[in-house]
Amino acid sequence: MEYYLTEQQKLVKSLARRIAEERILPVRAELDQNEEFPWAIVKDMANSDLFRVFIPEQYEGLGEGSFALCIAVEELSRACCGVALTYAADALGSLPILLYGSDEQKQKYLPDIAAGTKLTGFGLTESGAGSDAAAIKTTATRDGDDYLINGTKQFITNGGEAEIYTIIALTDPSRGNRGSSAFIVEKGMPGFTFGKKEQKMGIRTTATRELVFHNCRVPGENLVGKEGLGFIVTMKTLDVSRPGVGALSVGLAQGALEAAVAYAQQRRQFGQPVSAFQAVQHMLANMAMELEAARALVYAAAKTIDSGARNFTEEGAMAKVFATDMAMKVTTDALQVFGGVGYMRDYPAEKMMRDAKINQIYEGTNQVLRNVIALQLLKRKAQRE
Amino acid sequence: MNIVVCIKQVPGTTEIKIDPETNTLVREGVPSIINPFDCYALEEAVRLRERCGGKVTVISMGPPQAEEALRETISLGADETILLSDRAFAGSDTWATAYVLSRAMARIADYDIIICGRQTLDGDTGQVGPGLSEMLGIPFVAYVNRVEEIRDGYIRVQRMVEEGYETIEMALPAVITVVKEINVPRLPSLRGSMKAKTAQIPVWSADDIGVEEDKAGIAGSPTRVVKVFFPKRERKSEMLQGSTEEQVDNLIRLLEGII
Repeated sequence: MEYYLTEQQKLVKSLARRIAEERILPVRAELDQNEEFPWAIVKDMANSDLFRVFIPEQYEGLGEGSFALCIAVEELSRACCGVALTYAADALGSLPILLYGSDEQKQKYLPDIAAGTKLTGFGLTESGAGSDAAAIKTTATRDGDDYLINGTKQFITNGGEAEIYTIIALTDPSRGNRGSSAFIVEKGMPGFTFGKKEQKMGIRTTATRELVFHNCRVPGENLVGKEGLGFIVTMKTLDVSRPGVGALSVGLAQGALEAAVAYAQQRRQFGQPVSAFQAVQHMLANMAMELEAARALVYAAAKTIDSGARNFTEEGAMAKVFATDMAMKVTTDALQVFGGVGYMRDYPAEKMMRDAKINQIYEGTNQVLRNVIALQLLKRKAQRE
Repeated sequence: MNIVVCIKQVPGTTEIKIDPETNTLVREGVPSIINPFDCYALEEAVRLRERCGGKVTVISMGPPQAEEALRETISLGADETILLSDRAFAGSDTWATAYVLSRAMARIADYDIIICGRQTLDGDTGQVGPGLSEMLGIPFVAYVNRVEEIRDGYIRVQRMVEEGYETIEMALPAVITVVKEINVPRLPSLRGSMKAKTAQIPVWSADDIGVEEDKAGIAGSPTRVVKVFFPKRERKSEMLQGSTEEQVDNLIRLLEGII
């Protein structure tokens, strides 16, 4: 497909591809096996200005927006979904500051994020608050000019490795959703520690940890937006980030399809390559069709965001759900094409399948997002605007 | 610290074909790249600048299309680039090339260190670096694998020799050639690539740098290539038969025949 990329977008794509092929591919199995955070690759991405892509120009970024970010994420994920997620989650953590931060907060944090010298993480989920994001228990209590934060965030990507976290806490527990607020907390603040490091099925190179707050004192100036805006910050942040999860899945599926095609042409059974069998051909054809459809949807959603549209909840959710379901199916079928060796760790197919699963779960499960899409449809009586 | 890096654009292949008629390299259909060893030189220069400040200037003598290679060095961290291009330079051997580069250095004038790759992928001689230092009358160390210390007028480097390392101190300005063990070159940066697209690359001609015509190009090149050819590979094999004892005896007999 021809997407008429601009010169800048082509540069982002080719550079992300080089990083993927030259720096990620040779070590992806090792990173997965050892559950090792990809610091060397993060450094390469920083040196190549990849973290600048999604940060506006006035904060040392390149101001390339959501679409270019998706292109970069896709290319990285083609080699390793885990490394790509580390990068995408950094964009996610910076979004609350980008969307609702004050100019002082932007000046203070965004240039370091753009340079890649500091990673970020987004802290919403708790043990009792997954899809039901309004059920969070973490509190932020006013204490003079500061806030004291108490509670535990769970499953936080880049947890422990990132320097900057945007977290959601209740400033007025009596008001539910409307009583939550967003804060910027920094690694090293007294009372802020890291808890359990999760051992995961896939995306094992990524860091997933608890953020533990025990009377963590955060200056009042670290409040993002104003008190009570937490739920809106969260929803908007996720709306913007969801095409990125779609891009992770498109890249992952692309890698799986390429591996399956190459293997099918090389593997011989009954005196011919297995790619000569129509049963295999049709599997590959279905994988390719669904992949291209998902890519088109992800790109369209990202471009909708870049167009300055006010509401893109539906588009983001559609891109995320469709692309992640597609990646689960494509990676499963890719493994099937590999046959027995696909199940073995010597080949990348099993890792891709393990990596795919989480994409259907995080940043809104595909079930809750179908609710979101349906709600949008019903709200405007299914009429296109 | 003003650092100058000399690079060459070479055919991007290790399977070099030679035109038997003209004894020159076949360049058609082969994409051009920056000589890989020069990438290590550039990376080291950029790292030295990051350590001590200053500026990295990359120069290359070559045809107009060598501009592409120079452009790429900007995306890899070079501050300035200069192309030395003139019909008078065409056909230069390593001697004449070193002379032309030395004239360019005379015009640059303000430099602390010149870094070259140990050799090129196509010519393979490794002579231009040392030749350049001779013509400039400044010290030279080849096969550097580590810059241990560098400051105004002083450098200490480690270089690879056949059975180990040597540590050498010398005065600056100086010329060093580097081996691939010295670093891992970075990938281009997006900002650098955007800058590279629009950068103006000055071209210096023979007149610009005061090159005497009979000292450059074919006229200034004492090297004459009489013939270039691939050595014929001849392999004979003989299978030793019989019992183990017979095979050993036969092998000893054969080896004695060779020695």
